[in-house]
Amino acid sequence: METVKKIIDKYNADPTRLMDILTDIRNEKGYIPHELNQKIANALGLSRADLEQTLSFYHFFPQKPTGKYTVYLNNSVVANMMGRDQVRKTFEEEAGIKFGNVSTDGSIGLFNTSCIGMSDQEPAAIINELIFINLTPFRVKEIVRDMRAGKPVDQMFRANFGDGSNNSDLVKSVVTNHIRRKGPVLWDPHTPGETIRKAVRMTPEQVIDEVKRSNLRGRGGAGFPTGLKWEFCSKSPAGEKFVFCNADEGEPGTFKDRVILTELPKLLFEGMAIAGYAIGATNGILYIRHEYKYLQKHLEKALDDLRAENIIGNDAAGIKGFTFNIRIQYGAGAYVCGEESALLESAEGKRGEPRDRPPFPVDKGYMEKPTIINNVETLCSVVKIIKNGSDWYSSLGTRESTGTKLLSISGDCRFPGVYEVEWGFSIYDILQMVGATDTQAVQAGGPSGALIGPIEFKRKLGYEDLATGGSLIIFNKTRELLEDVVLNFMEFFIEESCGSCSTCRNLPYILKNKLEKILRGNGVMQDIDDLQEWSKILKFSRCGLGQTAANPITTSIKNFRYLYEEKVQKDKEFYTGFSLASAVKESCEATGRNPIS
Amino acid sequence: MSNTVTFKIDGKECKAEAGKLLVEAAKENGIYIPTLCNYPGLKPKSSCRICTVKVSGRLMTACTSPVQEGMVVENNTTELNEVRKSIIEVLFVSGNHFCPACEKSGNCELQALGYRFQMMAPRFPYEFPEKEIDASHPLIIKDQNRCILCKRCIRSIKDEQGRGIFAYKNRSNKAEVIVDKVLAARLTPERAQEAMDICPVGSILVREKGFITPIGKRKYDLSPIGSEIEKTEK
Repeated sequence: METVKKIIDKYNADPTRLMDILTDIRNEKGYIPHELNQKIANALGLSRADLEQTLSFYHFFPQKPTGKYTVYLNNSVVANMMGRDQVRKTFEEEAGIKFGNVSTDGSIGLFNTSCIGMSDQEPAAIINELIFINLTPFRVKEIVRDMRAGKPVDQMFRANFGDGSNNSDLVKSVVTNHIRRKGPVLWDPHTPGETIRKAVRMTPEQVIDEVKRSNLRGRGGAGFPTGLKWEFCSKSPAGEKFVFCNADEGEPGTFKDRVILTELPKLLFEGMAIAGYAIGATNGILYIRHEYKYLQKHLEKALDDLRAENIIGNDAAGIKGFTFNIRIQYGAGAYVCGEESALLESAEGKRGEPRDRPPFPVDKGYMEKPTIINNVETLCSVVKIIKNGSDWYSSLGTRESTGTKLLSISGDCRFPGVYEVEWGFSIYDILQMVGATDTQAVQAGGPSGALIGPIEFKRKLGYEDLATGGSLIIFNKTRELLEDVVLNFMEFFIEESCGSCSTCRNLPYILKNKLEKILRGNGVMQDIDDLQEWSKILKFSRCGLGQTAANPITTSIKNFRYLYEEKVQKDKEFYTGFSLASAVKESCEATGRNPIS
Repeated sequence: MSNTVTFKIDGKECKAEAGKLLVEAAKENGIYIPTLCNYPGLKPKSSCRICTVKVSGRLMTACTSPVQEGMVVENNTTELNEVRKSIIEVLFVSGNHFCPACEKSGNCELQALGYRFQMMAPRFPYEFPEKEIDASHPLIIKDQNRCILCKRCIRSIKDEQGRGIFAYKNRSNKAEVIVDKVLAARLTPERAQEAMDICPVGSILVREKGFITPIGKRKYDLSPIGSEIEKTEK
């Protein structure tokens, strides 16, 4: 209890810092023990129910011991494609337990988790916050043997550490960047501090104007014009304002922010400082997903360096009176927190449930203060826009979609990884670029995007045609799109719904059950129509997660309807799927008798 | 008055104070927009989505959207009513709602909406989920079978220090409304009754009390939900 008291004191018993408090307690104890809940609640002026309300929302706040070695094995679609099932089986055999359990001696815990941002090197797992990639049954046996021998997790690696900063003393990770194509924006050389010093010689209005002229749009997927967002926020009544960077990249198949955070953290932080100067904010918060905890020391060091060089802090960039501080806020495993208002709720120590709009965050955001929330890539692009000018930037890409996009490409191709391309590339171009052959389908924009077939491969990436947050997952002709892809995505949406809207809390599993009925061969044509009709109900949800949760179903019916039709009983209007023989199979076996046929 | 705005709902000219929430503004004009999680005086939460209307082609929840000058609202349309009905059906299949055995029957807003939208049998398969009844508190019973997770109790029933007696737990279809043991033990009989009354369904019940008003003489037995608003039409 002493340590818990210390942790709570560290955050001045501030309930809005509940995420940090629970994170620290978890790091200390390995989980959040039930018997502490009342005490923590009392210390923060909450009821126990209030505390459990936040606690129970997050995947990485376990309420029971998770083992000395806690394995979180990614269950995203790409992991499955790359052989996750064998890896899972081997873990279970070697550890002697099923997933979702802890071994009786308390040494090994096996758990599933949603995409961890390693789709270019799957199957991957997080073990005690360190990333293990390219898992095979052989590697799993080694890992479990090391666990049995009591080895520290950081000594279990057999491969070299990855490239770039993955290999630095503060990261020491086997994760590989897989930077396959360096483009003119993000990889244009960066000297920390150079651009913020240029920015502060301009007026905040001039900075916003430059960003507006560049036509930069949010790179998280929604595509809202960045300059306009900044202008709205700058025009909110003066007072405390906040800059948030959304590094909660959780869309399965997306990992570009991981690479930026690894290789270009100072570029990102400088972008936040420029945003702070433009809107008149003194505080910036990087909200980053728990899965990227292995980068923590590296990111803290980057911030320390920037403070030491006076690029952030008091009188930042050499301007008297311009103060800009940045702190890092960790999430705890909730995809929905990538939705900007859910992210703010989470940062305030609450459940990550999206807010109603209005009010918009630019008017009432973090702590009800005007706030901008920008994607990692967006803020990095801003630095280059200020450095090289909006004309330079808008000369790249297409008329409606200026600049470049960092793509996360995974699945069936020779060279998965991140590619910076100008907007306007077609899917064909991309498939050739990454060495994909025999492509059956591409998932553009993650599960909330669209599953498209060859007929649409001529479509071009851009806000005017195929908008994307940057994730492309490639499926070749050996893949069963409905079983391997659509079903997996629906399971993802069921797991990740915040549970607030009646629609998104329930429809995804209702749709999934119906899809499974079809996959079992028990469907009729009406079931396909039902899937389409019932999907429309999800459009009535509050946030993007709910509104797009049926996209795997609707886009696969639109583009691959024949896959559904192949599975249903076409000659029947109604089919129960009931089979007497299989219903009584167990009792036949038990009694040794068979029904008279 | 300068702060009065004019707007249209389903073609009907309406007037209301600028910034008033659409549900309330409609009510003042004798138009019923169906609601379930909304409750006058509580901060709207828009979690049931039933009050969704269309404004310039965009879906918006009427309980959270302030009315603006010149707004053109679609409310009583086949498309919207069909989705509203399906949401009610979803709420029926995702819990265990057995009206004939429920203390709230006749006073239940879910049941009343079921009648209003002429729900016969839900289009979705019944889930019959396993739910618990929490009868561990001195004054109230929380029956999870009937809870529709509208958060009315969470928003309204707090202690003097603003701490929640009811709270949301878990996420996704595992979400449930839990009761704080310590604070529930301190509930006064009046507050317990208030909690039961604010629950639109029979999920929060006051112990040792029941069927004081006989079935047949309850609120929605006498007149359908929404009719009190539609009657006031000017």
